[in-house]
Amino acid sequence: MSSCTAPNNVEQALGDKTLHFGLGAEPQYLDPHLASSVSAHNVIIALIEGLVSEDPKTLKPVPGVAERWEISEDGLVYTFHFRKNAKWSNGDSVTANDFVYSYRRILNPNLASQYASMLHGLKNARKYHREGTSWEDANVGVVAINEHTLQLTLENPTPYFLELLNHYSWFPAHPPTIEKFDAFAKQGTSWTRPGNYVGNGPFVLSDHKVNSVIEVTKNPNYWDADTVSLNKIRFYPIESADTEERAFRSGFLHLTQTVSPDRIDYLKENYPDLIHFESYLGTYFYRFNLDKAPFDDVRVRLAFNLATDRKAIVEKVTKGGQTPAVCFTPPETGGFTPKARFKFDPDKAKALLQEYLNDKGLNSLPKIELKYNTSEGHKKVAEALQGMWKENLGVEIQLLNMEWKVFLSTIAKRDFSIARAGWIGDYVDANTFLHMWRTEDGHNNTGWSNARYDELLDLAAKESNATRRFSLFDECEKLLSEHAPILPIYFYVHVTLRSPTVKGWHPTLLDHHPYKYVRLLKGKE
Amino acid sequence: MSKFILLRILQAIPTLLVIATLTFFMTRMAPGGPFDSEKNIPAEIKAKLESHFGLDRPLHEQYFLYLQNLLHGDLGPSFKYMGWEVSELIAKAFPVSAQLGLLSLGIALLLGLPTGIVAALRKNSKYDYLLMTIAMIGICLPTFVLGPLLILIFSSWLGWLPPLGWYSLSDMFLPSLTLGLFYAAYIARLTRAGMLETLNQDYIRTARAKGASPIRVISRHALKGGLLPVVTFLGPAFAGLISGSFIIESIFFIPGLGKFFVTAAFNRDYTMVLGTVLFYACLIIILNLIVDVIQATLDPRSRNL
Amino acid sequence: MSIESAKAKELVSENPGESSLWGDAWIRLRANRLATVSLFFFVLITVITIIGPEIFSLEYDQQDLDNTFSAPNSSHFFGTDNLGRDLFARVLHGGRISLAVGFLATAVSLVIGVAYGTMSGYLGGKTDALLMRIVDILYSLPFTIFVILLMVLFGRNFILLFIAIGAVEWLTMARITRAQTLSLKKAEFIEAARALGYSHYRIVARHILPNLLGPVIVYATLTVPAVMLLEAVLSFLGLGVQAPMSSWGSLIKEGSEKMDIAPWLILFPGIFFSLTLLSLNFLGDGLRDALDPKSAKE
Repeated sequence: MSSCTAPNNVEQALGDKTLHFGLGAEPQYLDPHLASSVSAHNVIIALIEGLVSEDPKTLKPVPGVAERWEISEDGLVYTFHFRKNAKWSNGDSVTANDFVYSYRRILNPNLASQYASMLHGLKNARKYHREGTSWEDANVGVVAINEHTLQLTLENPTPYFLELLNHYSWFPAHPPTIEKFDAFAKQGTSWTRPGNYVGNGPFVLSDHKVNSVIEVTKNPNYWDADTVSLNKIRFYPIESADTEERAFRSGFLHLTQTVSPDRIDYLKENYPDLIHFESYLGTYFYRFNLDKAPFDDVRVRLAFNLATDRKAIVEKVTKGGQTPAVCFTPPETGGFTPKARFKFDPDKAKALLQEYLNDKGLNSLPKIELKYNTSEGHKKVAEALQGMWKENLGVEIQLLNMEWKVFLSTIAKRDFSIARAGWIGDYVDANTFLHMWRTEDGHNNTGWSNARYDELLDLAAKESNATRRFSLFDECEKLLSEHAPILPIYFYVHVTLRSPTVKGWHPTLLDHHPYKYVRLLKGKE
Repeated sequence: MSKFILLRILQAIPTLLVIATLTFFMTRMAPGGPFDSEKNIPAEIKAKLESHFGLDRPLHEQYFLYLQNLLHGDLGPSFKYMGWEVSELIAKAFPVSAQLGLLSLGIALLLGLPTGIVAALRKNSKYDYLLMTIAMIGICLPTFVLGPLLILIFSSWLGWLPPLGWYSLSDMFLPSLTLGLFYAAYIARLTRAGMLETLNQDYIRTARAKGASPIRVISRHALKGGLLPVVTFLGPAFAGLISGSFIIESIFFIPGLGKFFVTAAFNRDYTMVLGTVLFYACLIIILNLIVDVIQATLDPRSRNL
Repeated sequence: MSIESAKAKELVSENPGESSLWGDAWIRLRANRLATVSLFFFVLITVITIIGPEIFSLEYDQQDLDNTFSAPNSSHFFGTDNLGRDLFARVLHGGRISLAVGFLATAVSLVIGVAYGTMSGYLGGKTDALLMRIVDILYSLPFTIFVILLMVLFGRNFILLFIAIGAVEWLTMARITRAQTLSLKKAEFIEAARALGYSHYRIVARHILPNLLGPVIVYATLTVPAVMLLEAVLSFLGLGVQAPMSSWGSLIKEGSEKMDIAPWLILFPGIFFSLTLLSLNFLGDGLRDALDPKSAKE
C-alpha cells in the first residue's frame, strides 16, 4: 500500500511524531463549557485537563490537576488537593479558584451551555442554573478552601462522581483569558482561536483552519510533559467515511473516526489487522410516539418489538460485531447488566397485533411512517426493519429520511410515529441511560410517563450500595420492557481503522484515548 | 464602453437585493434552526441563545437589520463555526475554490482547445468522430464517478499522488484534473462548432481565395470565431466551477466555498448561507460583465444586443 | 376579395415551416447515422425501463440479506446490492425515475420558457425590454445553489424536484424563443396575417409557435440530459429520491463508493446513464443539423 514516491504521513510520523487523526466533523465549539460533540471532545482533551484524568485502559479516574483527594463518610463532600506544578500553557498556576470560576460560568444561564445540566449533581447548582437564584444566594457546592484545595459538595452520594469529572463540562477554563475576550456569559467569542487559547493540557492549539485541519503542539508547561511522546496532533474533520478510508489506505491518516458498514466485510477479509471493533457504550434504538395511534396502545408497541429479529440485523445488516440489544442499558455498564427482556417472537407478535386489530375493528394497520436522519447506515437498518415488519406483521412502513437539523426539530415537536434514535453514555453508569425515560426529562420525547419509574430512579440516586442500586435499575428496565416506549436494536460497536504504528491506544467503552500515552513506533511495543 | 459597464453595475444592485431577500426568507421558512440540538436544552436556555444572536426579534426587523449590516460589509457571525465571522471564512475559502477553478479551467483549455481545433480542421474524418465521442463521454461522466476512479488508480494503486487535501501542490493535481476533464469536453465541442461556423463564413473564403496561407487563415480569423463561444462559455463556467465544486470538495476534502455553502444549508447556518449566496451572485455578475466586455471586443456585432 | 387580400391569403397558407421543413428535416436526420442510431437506442432504453419490470416481474425492493454484493449470475443478471436487492430491477426502476425527472422537468421549463419568450418577443417594445431584464437578473442567480437550497430546506418532495429543476432551465428556453419570435415577427406572412385581421391568438398559435418548434425541440433534447445530470448531483448530496426507490444518479453514487468491492454496482447503472445521455446529445446535435439548413451544409 505504500509508494515509491515521497513518504506519506504515517511513514513520516515515525520521525516527526505527528499523529494524524480523522475527526469526522468540524467541532462547533472548542470551549469546554459549550462543547457538545464527540469531535469537540477529541480536541478538547488534548488542550485541557480536569481535576482527575483517566487510565488509558480502564478509564478509572487517576490524578489529574488534583494529585490526591478525600471523600467524606456520607459520600457528599469531595476534597481535592492540587499538585503544585499544575500550570496553564502561559505559565500561570492552576488554582482552585479557576474551577470555582469555571463552574460558575457553565452554570450561568446566560451562557446557554448545552451540557450545564451535567453539573446539577453539585449541591444547589440547579437553583442557580434553572431557578434564577443569584450565585451568592444559591450557595452552590463548590468552594476554594485555598489556592490548591477545592471542595465539592454533592446533592446525593454519587458512586460514579469521579468518572463524571472526566466529562469536558467539568473542565476548567483560564479565567484571565475568558475575561479578556468577554466570554464569561457570551458565546461566539474568539478566545478559542490559536494564539488566544490557554489550556492546561498536554498540548496547545497551534493552528485551526476551518474544515481543513486543527493542529495541536506539545505543551512544555504541562506538569507531565515528560510522559508525552507525541510532538503534534493534526485533526482532519473529514465527514465522508469513504474519503476517510481512502485517506487511511494511502497512509494519510493513522486513525479513522468510522468505517462505512458496507465495506466492513471487505476490510475484515483483506486488512484484518487494521480494522478494529471496540465495544462502545451506546444503544441504537427507535422511539415510539405514545400520543399517536396506533402506538398509544402497548400491544402494538410490544408487537413491533417482538417482530424485530435483532440478531439478523447485527449479523446481516450492520455487520460490525454489534450485540443485539435485549435491554436498554448496555451490559457491564459500571458492573450492571440488566436481564434480557426484549425478545424475538414473531408468532406472539402477530397474536398481539391481531388482538389489537380485533379490538379496534380493523383489518390491518394504516401505513406508518418511519423517520430517520440521513445516513447510509440508518437507511440500511430502516430498510431491513421495513422488510421484517412487513413479513412478520403485515404492516406497510413508509421510510422518510431527513437531514439532521430537520430531524431534531421533528423529534422535539413529536411529529413522528416511529423515529430512529441513538444514545451514547456520557459516563460509565446506567443512570446516563435510564434517566432519559423520566417523565420530565428533555430526552424522553415519547410521551411515556411512569411514576414508579421516576420513583425508582430517585431512590437509586440516593442509594450507595451497589447491589441495591443495580436491582433498582433492573426494575426500571423491567418497566421499560413491559411498557415498551422504545424499541432497542443493538449496542454500539465502534468500528475504526488504525495504523499498527500507533501504540498506547486501547479500546475503551467511552472511546476515550488520553493522548499523553500514545507513541508512534514501528514493530512491536 | 464605460457607460455600458456603469449601467451593468447599477443593474446589479436591485439584483443583489432580490437575491438577498429571497434567500433570507427562504432559509427562515425552512424547518429546523441553527440551535436545535440533540442535547435537548431547556426552552428558556435555547431562547437565551437565540436572543443573543437576535433570532427572537420579529422577522422583518431581522431582515432590515441584516440589510443594514450588509451595507457596512458585515455579513454577521457564523452560527455553526462559533467564534468565526462569515466574511473571514469566505475570505479563506474563496481563494481555495478560485485556485481549484483556475487550475481546472487551465487544464480544460489545455486539453479542450487543441482537441476542438483539430477536430474542426479534420472535420468528419475518423479523428473528428473519435475526438468528439471522447468529448461526449467526458460530458456524460459525472465528476463523482471520475474522481474516486482517479483516486483509486493514482493514489490507492499506484501511490503517485495524495488522495485528498489542499495542503501542498501535489494535492491540487487530481481534483483539478477531474474537474478539468469534464470542462475540456465542453470546450472541445464548443471550439469545434465555433471554428466550423467561422471557417464557413464568406470572409474566410475571400481570404483563402486571395491566397492567404491556411495557418494565417486559422490563426487570424477562424480562431477568433472559434474562441468566441468558448469565451461566452467561460464566464458561467467559471462561476459554475466555483459554485458547483462541492462535489469535488467533498470527494477530495478541500475546504472550498462549495463545502461551506452546503454545510451551512444543512446546518441552518443562516448567515453563512446568505453570505455565500450573495458572494456567488456578485461573482457571477462580475464574470458575466467581463465576458460581455470581451465578447464585445472580439465581435463588434454583438454590441447591439 | 381584393387583390391585396388574395395575395395575403396566399402568403399565409404557404407560410414556411409547415410540411416542407419537416419533410426535409426528417430526410436529413435519417441520413445522419449517428443520430439515427441514437434515436433508436434512446427509444429502446425508454421502452425497456417502462415495460421491463412488468415483463420480467422484477421487484426492486426485495431484500435478500444472505445474498448481498453477489456478482452477476443467472438469477440476478446485474448482481445484487448491499441489501441483496436485484440490480437489474433497480436499474430499470431507476431509469423510470431518471427519465421521468428528465422529461417532466424539461417539460416544465419548456412550457414556462416558451410562453414567456413568445409573449415577450411578440409583444415587443417596453414589455419585451422589461421581461428580458428580469431574465437577465435571474441569470445572475447561482441556480445550482438555489436548487440545492430548496431541496435542503424543504425536504425531498418529488414534485418540488421537478419544479426546482425546471425552474433552473427555462431561462435559456425563453431567450431562444424570444429571439426566434422577434425574427419571425418581421416575416412577410405575419404582416399579411395581421393585414387579414387575424387575431393575435391565432397568429401566435397557428403561425409562430409551429415555427419555434425546431429550436425548441433541439434545446429540449439537450436539456433532458442536463437535467438528469443535475438530478445525479442532487443524489450525490443525498437530496435525490427516497429509499428504497432509486434513480440512476443515486445508484451511481452508491456504486461509486463500492467500486473496488462490487464494480457491477456502478458499471451497469453507469452504462445505462451514459448511453442515454450520449444518445440524447447526439440526437440533439443531429436534430439541430437537420432543422437548420445552414449548418447542415458542411
